[in-house]
Amino acid sequence: MSNATITQQPAKHTDVKAEKPASLWSDAWYDLRRNKVFLIGALLALILILVSAFPQLFSHINAYDPATCDLKNARKGITSEHWFGTDNLGCDTYSRVIYGARVSILVGIITTVITTVVGGGMGLVAGFFGHWSDILLSRLAEVFFAIPPILGALLILSVIGRDSAGVGTVVMALAVLYWPLLLRIMRAAVISAKSQDFVVAARALGASSGRIMLRHILPNAVAPVIVTATLNLGAFIAAEAGLSFLGVGVQSPTISWGLMISDARPWFLAQPEPLLFPALFLSITVLAFVMLGDAVRDALDPKLR
Amino acid sequence: MGRYALRRLLQAIPVLVGTTFFIFCIVYALPGDPIQALGGDRRLDPVLARALRAKFGLDDPLVVQYWHYLTGIFQGDFGTTFRNVPVSSIFAGKFQVTLQLAMTALIMEAIIGVGLGLWSALRRGRWQDQAVLAVTLLLVSIPPLVMGFVLQLWMGVKLKLSTGIEFVPVAGIGAGERSYLLPGFVLATTSIAYLTRLTRTSLMETLRSDFIRTAVAKGMPKRRVLGRHALRNSLIPLVTYLGADLGALMGGAVITETIFNLPGIGLQLFQSVYLRENTVVVGIVTVLVLIYVVANLVVDLLYAVLDPRIRYE
Repeated sequence: MSNATITQQPAKHTDVKAEKPASLWSDAWYDLRRNKVFLIGALLALILILVSAFPQLFSHINAYDPATCDLKNARKGITSEHWFGTDNLGCDTYSRVIYGARVSILVGIITTVITTVVGGGMGLVAGFFGHWSDILLSRLAEVFFAIPPILGALLILSVIGRDSAGVGTVVMALAVLYWPLLLRIMRAAVISAKSQDFVVAARALGASSGRIMLRHILPNAVAPVIVTATLNLGAFIAAEAGLSFLGVGVQSPTISWGLMISDARPWFLAQPEPLLFPALFLSITVLAFVMLGDAVRDALDPKLR
Repeated sequence: MGRYALRRLLQAIPVLVGTTFFIFCIVYALPGDPIQALGGDRRLDPVLARALRAKFGLDDPLVVQYWHYLTGIFQGDFGTTFRNVPVSSIFAGKFQVTLQLAMTALIMEAIIGVGLGLWSALRRGRWQDQAVLAVTLLLVSIPPLVMGFVLQLWMGVKLKLSTGIEFVPVAGIGAGERSYLLPGFVLATTSIAYLTRLTRTSLMETLRSDFIRTAVAKGMPKRRVLGRHALRNSLIPLVTYLGADLGALMGGAVITETIFNLPGIGLQLFQSVYLRENTVVVGIVTVLVLIYVVANLVVDLLYAVLDPRIRYE
């Protein structure tokens, strides 16, 4: 299904380079379907998205219901009833880990979409129109590019304050610091696509700027942006956990793996389960998206073959 | 070289002004009245409040306040907190801890990353290469947050209980240089993975270039081709990566220092966030951002020294 949409769309552009049997996109899709790293990563990512959308399918305990926590059973190890043990308040670690997936996936996906659209869009404008729009946007990007992401996010979030912190503020803080990367990559790709013969031909045939930009340059410049966006997704998920661990990210009662790690820390050496299981799921989630990103890069970047 | 250096220095000015202005605007946008906060729940005497506002320059327009802050930074004055403690005195002693941690991490990533990268590039396509790539995939996927706690538990409890020996300290800086080994490794993990991949690609690309083929064709021994031609040319991007990473490591040390209880700037930053001392947070972030920007500038200049092609672009 998605197979058909991806292979059909670029078919319109294959007539530009008629001697080539397949476009970059159908070539890439062909590679990806045979890449074990991609298949494992995609399977893991699908399961995690399903878990974050419908956590009640995977856990019979609603982790947001405080009545399900039983102080008499606090800090118990693994039992048949509590697969991952219970935490300091007697809440079931397994169901909390399941419900915690939502924040990670949401932050990862929303931040990726925002940075790609904003950074990519600005990069397209800067690269295509050049001149003052390029100078203005590139200088602006340099300012935010010069701030180490974790520090910048820590600064923004600590000023916003803990009371209004949540998924939205974490996404905003990360997006403010990461869009310049996408701008740079899109800008470079657009500039190299702009001087290609088919763009000159389109212009000679009288195509408008908007048409050239969207129909000819964008499809030929978007590959490196997609690669970077996919690789960033895992980094955003790790950053959210780190920021929540430091106390400036998502706040309780929202369940986040970073927050669970921070909560379990004081008793961690005596009873490690409430810390190790969210840590394990965090690593698996980041791994899934890093694998996807790696595979997509191998497929879309022919230079590395 | 002089012209390139000058141009690069001039380019850095708008970035420095921009980042400091961004940080400054965030402080300016701080909610609440910091002067009123000094009095706690009690209302401050209006005369005293006005005097304090004048003393801290809070009545000046935004641009004037920014100018005072900017000129202060270049004189080594990172401002005072509203409790009259200079931010620079908070740094005393903590800066060395963070620097030593970052240096330990940098040395580890240079040795492990470059070593693994060269090894896998020379065994391209074989199982050793595949194994190294799989290891880098895992290293990138395990955030320092997870790696730190897992190693702490394993080294500090499991291994110590089973063998009775403490291999490396797992918290604090009581044991001198040895205390930095484990946190340094945790801080370095992601960079080790990137550097391994960078080294691998860089060496593989160099090995494919024409001058290597020429050297091989004229009968130069393999060892000499590698040592004199390939390595020297593929190490350039690695040096610049390492240089730029020092600033990034110092900025990223906050989570590692918090896990391992190292009394550096990162731990101070964490504690200040926790206590809502926003001026201290801003002061520390400003210093670390400046280090990061300057490190990148130095690296760019170094790059031009190492690779003359950059200068003539």
